[in-house]
Formats: sequence, C-alpha cells, structure tokens
Amino acid sequence: MKEINIFCEAIKDVSVVASKIKAGQKKIIGYLCSYAPEELIYAAGFHPMRLFSSKSDIVMAEQHLQAYCCSLVRGVLEDSLSGRLDFIDGAVFPHTCDSIQRLSDIWRMNGKYEFFADVVLPAKLNTQSARTYMKDVLTKFKKDLEAAVGKEITNADLEGSIKKFNFIRKNLSKIYELQSQTPGIIKGADLYAIVKGSMVMDRDEVADLLPAIVANLEKVDVPQKSVKRIVVSGSICDSPDIYTAMEAAGGVIVGDDLCTGQRWFEGEILDDENPINAIATRLLDRIICPAKHSTPTARGENMVSLAKKNRADGVIFMLLKFCDPHAFDYPYLKEFLDKEGIKNMLIEMDDQQQNSGQLATRFETFIHMI
Amino acid sequence: MSETLSEKRKIKSGKKMRDIMTTYYLDAMTAGQNNKQVAWITSGGPVEPLVAMDIIPIYPENHGAMIGASKMGEDLCIKAEDMGYSSDLCSYARADISCSIVKGGPIGGLPKPDMLICCNNICGTVLKWYEVQARYYKVPLFILDTPVCHTRYSPEIARYVRTQIDEYIAFLETMTKRKFDYEKMARVGKLAYEAQQLWQKVLNTTAHKPSPMSAFDAFFFLALIVTLRGTQIAVDFYKELLKEMEQRIKDGISMVPDEKYRLLWDNLPVWYRLKWLSQKFSDHNACLVADTYTSAWCGAIKYTDENNFLDSMAEAYTMIYLNIGVDQMADQVLDMIKFYDADGFVMHSNRSCKPYSFGQMDIMRIVREKTNIPVLMIEADMVDPRSFSQSQIETRIDAFMEIIKQRNN
Repeated sequence: MKEINIFCEAIKDVSVVASKIKAGQKKIIGYLCSYAPEELIYAAGFHPMRLFSSKSDIVMAEQHLQAYCCSLVRGVLEDSLSGRLDFIDGAVFPHTCDSIQRLSDIWRMNGKYEFFADVVLPAKLNTQSARTYMKDVLTKFKKDLEAAVGKEITNADLEGSIKKFNFIRKNLSKIYELQSQTPGIIKGADLYAIVKGSMVMDRDEVADLLPAIVANLEKVDVPQKSVKRIVVSGSICDSPDIYTAMEAAGGVIVGDDLCTGQRWFEGEILDDENPINAIATRLLDRIICPAKHSTPTARGENMVSLAKKNRADGVIFMLLKFCDPHAFDYPYLKEFLDKEGIKNMLIEMDDQQQNSGQLATRFETFIHMI
Repeated sequence: MSETLSEKRKIKSGKKMRDIMTTYYLDAMTAGQNNKQVAWITSGGPVEPLVAMDIIPIYPENHGAMIGASKMGEDLCIKAEDMGYSSDLCSYARADISCSIVKGGPIGGLPKPDMLICCNNICGTVLKWYEVQARYYKVPLFILDTPVCHTRYSPEIARYVRTQIDEYIAFLETMTKRKFDYEKMARVGKLAYEAQQLWQKVLNTTAHKPSPMSAFDAFFFLALIVTLRGTQIAVDFYKELLKEMEQRIKDGISMVPDEKYRLLWDNLPVWYRLKWLSQKFSDHNACLVADTYTSAWCGAIKYTDENNFLDSMAEAYTMIYLNIGVDQMADQVLDMIKFYDADGFVMHSNRSCKPYSFGQMDIMRIVREKTNIPVLMIEADMVDPRSFSQSQIETRIDAFMEIIKQRNN
C-alpha cells in the first residue's frame, strides 16, 4: 500500500529524508538510544533522528575505537567522521552503555556539529532520588535546547509534542497488536520499515501516515496461516533481511524486546500538570533496557510475559557482538525462558556484516525444531 | 655478610602486606562464625560506611586480580562461557561469576555476601555483574549511581549522589538492624583520607631518579588502599611503606638496575604476566615509574574534606578517573608525564575494560601532540591470557624501547 511504500522508500536513504527536513528549515538532532527524550527535541522545533550505521567499512573510526567495540558504535562514528552524517546539526547522548559513554566523549572532542548535549540519565530507575534526578536532567536539557533554539519551550509546546509522540506510539503498538493477532498480516520487511521510518522521518508525516496503515490492516482479511510465532530480543536489529529470512523459514515476528522496537515505543506518556514530569515518568516506567536497573529480575519477568502474551513458539536473541549489557543478561533470560518451556536461540551478530545465508539456515533449523 | 644487590632491591614491606591480606581474608572467611556481616563492594565503591558499621567489605575485583596473578583466569573464564557468558565480557566478572558456583580460584571462592554494594563510577559492567550475583545469592543489592561527569560535576549530579549517600546509610541500618554511628564514621573518614594521602605520597616517591619502586610494585601494594581504606591498619602500613621508600631514595636503591628510561603505564595490569613484563622492561633499563590505575584510589582526594567526609564523598566518588571525560583523562595523563618525567607511555588496550580502553586512542593522539614522547599500545586482557600474544608484544616492546633509546642518546 502506498503509505507503507513511503516508509520503505524513506529508509533506503536517510540523507534524502534529512534534506527534505532541512528544506523545511528544521535542524536535525541525532541520537543512538531509545532513552533520548525525543519529545523535548521535537518541542524545541528540532527534528529528532535516530542514528543507524550505514554499515560502511570502518576506516576513520579505527583511529578512535578498538576492534572490540561494538559495530553499531564504530559504524556510527565512521559515518560521522567520513561526513555521511553532515546533515545533522547536533547530537544528544543520554548515557547508554560504557561504549556509547566514550563515543560521546570522542564525538564532543571532535566538535563537528553545532549542538551537543550529554543527558546523563540515571542508571537505576527504581528510587525516588532517581526520579528527581531524571526530572532535573530533563529540565537541564530543556534549557540547553532553549539556548540552542533561542526561544522558550512552553508547556503548550511540550504538551503538543507529547500528544504527537503518544499518537505515533499508540499506532505502532496497534500495528504490532494486529500482527500478533494475525501473524503475516503485514510483511516483516514492511513492519521493519515502518518502525525504522518512524524513528528517522518527519514526525508529523509519520503521524499522518500511520492511521491509514492501521485502518487498512484492520480491514484486510488474511487467512490464518500455520506459522511459528517468534519473539526477538536484543538491542537493534537493523536489517530487513532478517525479517525476510525468518518468514522464508516459516516464522513470523509477533513481538519484540528491541531498542528499535517495543522497548522504544511502548508506554504512553500520562497526563501531568508538569509535562517534564510526565516525560520523566514514562522513561522511568517503560520496558527497561539492560543498561539500566530496576530490579535484578525485571527483564526476565518481562521477557516471559512478552513471550506468553504473544503466545510465542520461540524466542530468538539477536545480540550485537561486544554489547556487554545484553550479553550479561542473556544467560538468565535464557534460564527464565527454559523454566517456562519456551524454546529459544541465540544469534550473535555484527551490525556491519550480516551473513544472511548462514542466518537463514539457523532460522530454518530453529523453526523446524520448535 | 652484606646483602646481595637483588636482595637489597626487594621491598621489605612486601611480607607484611601479604600477612595483612591473609589475615583480612581469614577474617572474612570466618565472618559468619564471628557474627559479622559481609558486603561485596565494587573497587571504586565507598567502603568507609561499611567500615564504620563493622561490616567486612569484600572486593570481587581484588579477587579477580588474585585469580589473574595466580594464572587461574583462563579456566574460570571458560567455565563462565560454558554458563552462557560471552567471552567478550569483562574477565573479572567472568572469573568471579563462575568462581561463585565452582568455588575455585586461589582461595576457594569468596565468603558468601550478606549484601551487595555496587557503585557504577568505574563502569556499567559492575551493574550487570552485581545483578547476576544478587540473583545467585538472593541478597539485597544497593546501587550507588554516580552519573558520568563528561565535562563537570553538575548541581543535578551533586544533589542526586548526595541523597544516595543517605540512602546508602539507611540501607546499612536496615541490613544491620543498628543505628549508623556518625562519630565512628567521622573517624573512619579521617583514616581513609590519611591513607589516601599516604598512598599518594608513596606513589610520588617514584618521581625520584632512580625510582625506588615501579608500577609493578604499586599494583601489588594497591591492595590495602582498596580493601582496608578507613582502617588504622592501612594508615600504619602505608606510613611504613613510605618510610621504606624514602630510605631507599636516601640509599640510592632503585627497583630497576641502572634505570635509564622512565615509562608511564595506562589501564589495569596484565595480572598473569606481571613478572614477564617487569623483566622485559627492566632488561631495557626501563622502569614503569607510574600508572593511571593505582593513582585512581587517591586521584579524587582533592574533593575530599576530611572534616566533612560524608558530604564531600559524593563528589570524591563521582569524580574518579574513569567517571570523567576522555579529555580530562588526557589532562591527567599529561600531568603525570610531566611530574614523573616519563620518556614513554605504554597503554594496555584491555579487552575487558571498555570505559578504560575506549578513548585511549584519542589520549594517545593528545599525548603525541603535546609531549612528543613515544606511545606504545599493546592489546591484551587483565585476567584472560588467551588475548595475550607474547611474541607479538615482545617485538613491539623491543621496537618501542629502541625508539626511546635513540631519542635519549
């Protein structure tokens, strides 16, 4: 359908998306983490854009980051140094992991862009003082943005932004829900394009396009096929081939625990007199990333409930090599799933080079097994 | 009979330090029998409140170093990999996690914790590692969250960390069912401050030419400032060690025979190759006079107010070497190169420690630009010997020393 095609086109070349946005006199702020407060960036009149690696060969980033640094961090730095991200006007680093912490330093020291901010969010989210600190840091970031844009960000600006993001997130949730109800109702590669597109495209455009897709999916009558219901877990999963290979093997992704998936868009921002508090509350209460702490078993419980809710036949961990937070959680998440009798498999990937042939074989083996 | 030269070079305080550490671990092992509680704590964590509450602090990282030095790292790391932990994870964490289950290592595993204290000022790895142990031992975990100060210690960070110090104390009160002893805390704070000052003075003695000790000795003598900070034992020991160093300077005793070149070391030691590396540099008449690692336990002393320890510890624990920006780290390296008059800089690119190692290449560039001294980067791992290629590293050290010799002749 034509709305989906717009997403598919957009993610083919992000620089084209960027030039359209810039033609509208909007400045672009990039980030690599789903905890980046997009609502604030948007409220300031900037365009929030999630950065993905173009997966080009690592040449210049070799001078800054060793080979045992994850491919996403090295890949994005390579893009920045080689000029492939010249369309951004700045970046924000919400403190993700040890590797992105140092990427932020290297990025700042290179001083390539007009705007730069470290928004060092708390690493633990389960205490009152962390809550207060979260609000403090967001308030500080709001001031930084105001200084950059040269005008005040009013409560009305924030409320408008919150409304926009709630709307986008609600629609994405709905699409996932429909896919889980009727697996295969939308092609995996299309779903990937919609989610990724929603992270990079103009949000007003995204908000305009999504309802039509939802309405269309609600209408179509797809016969229930016998497929294996798969839930994926990991950080980013930035390749449409993965979804295609999964489908070819007879599986459909019916839910995810991904930074570029449900972890990013689930959870509504609830009404609050103070919009900063409202944004902070969502960040504190949303599905947790392994680089943050709430309780020692929060992710395990979430993983099991996600798999059960989606009646998953199997869970596939798609972990980026050298990603410490995910690698630390894997053994216990596996244990939680095993205890529940939920089949699971680990795939360690490199964001730069994906061997889709090998991947397809592994998917097939797993899907035949479950 | 006069002592032989190599006997003379041996630091006499070494035996005492071994005895103190043995007693410390014996006390910890028998804590349960003596109605004492054991807390596991990260190496950069605030131990002083534990000391004030008579809780025995145990450092899994110090244990990791012992495992590495006794060359038991590979076996324990492989065991963790068999449990599903990636071989790319921190080798301290891997060794400790598997050690908890198999009770291996040089002392048969650590005493079971009653609580876990994790301060993330050194890395995000400890957060995950302590979550693993909290699940395994089913004991309460307290996290002191010290946001990274990329450019400064902001007022928001100051408020957040200071509040957590009170939460930490409340946590300890709950765990011990006792009121916190603020008077004892003040005394412990003073002792911790004094020990840190003494440790800094010990490290400073190596500015003397020739250096009375090397970084390899500092790696060893570090154990007390980490584990027994806040006790009289640590103060007394470092007083003696300082005296010994001053005497060595007076007597002209150097650690490296005929010291000609002075080097600065970056990152954690390669625990399983200390002797080999020390000999290798010594053969070139080079002494590793200082390092960025052991000084981390006194580097933030300027933020500490010995008369107001609790309030000032928030900043002191947040502003440590690994929790600041790479440019600030480079500034500290430049200061050290100047203070110790280093002829070269050796960087250990440590696969286990990402916050320490990422950014090293930028520090290397800055050092080259600002000092013009040669810089060597060797890739290894602090505990897992599988990442250590001896012949390659040997060739690189020889080539590096050749350049230094040419420049200094």
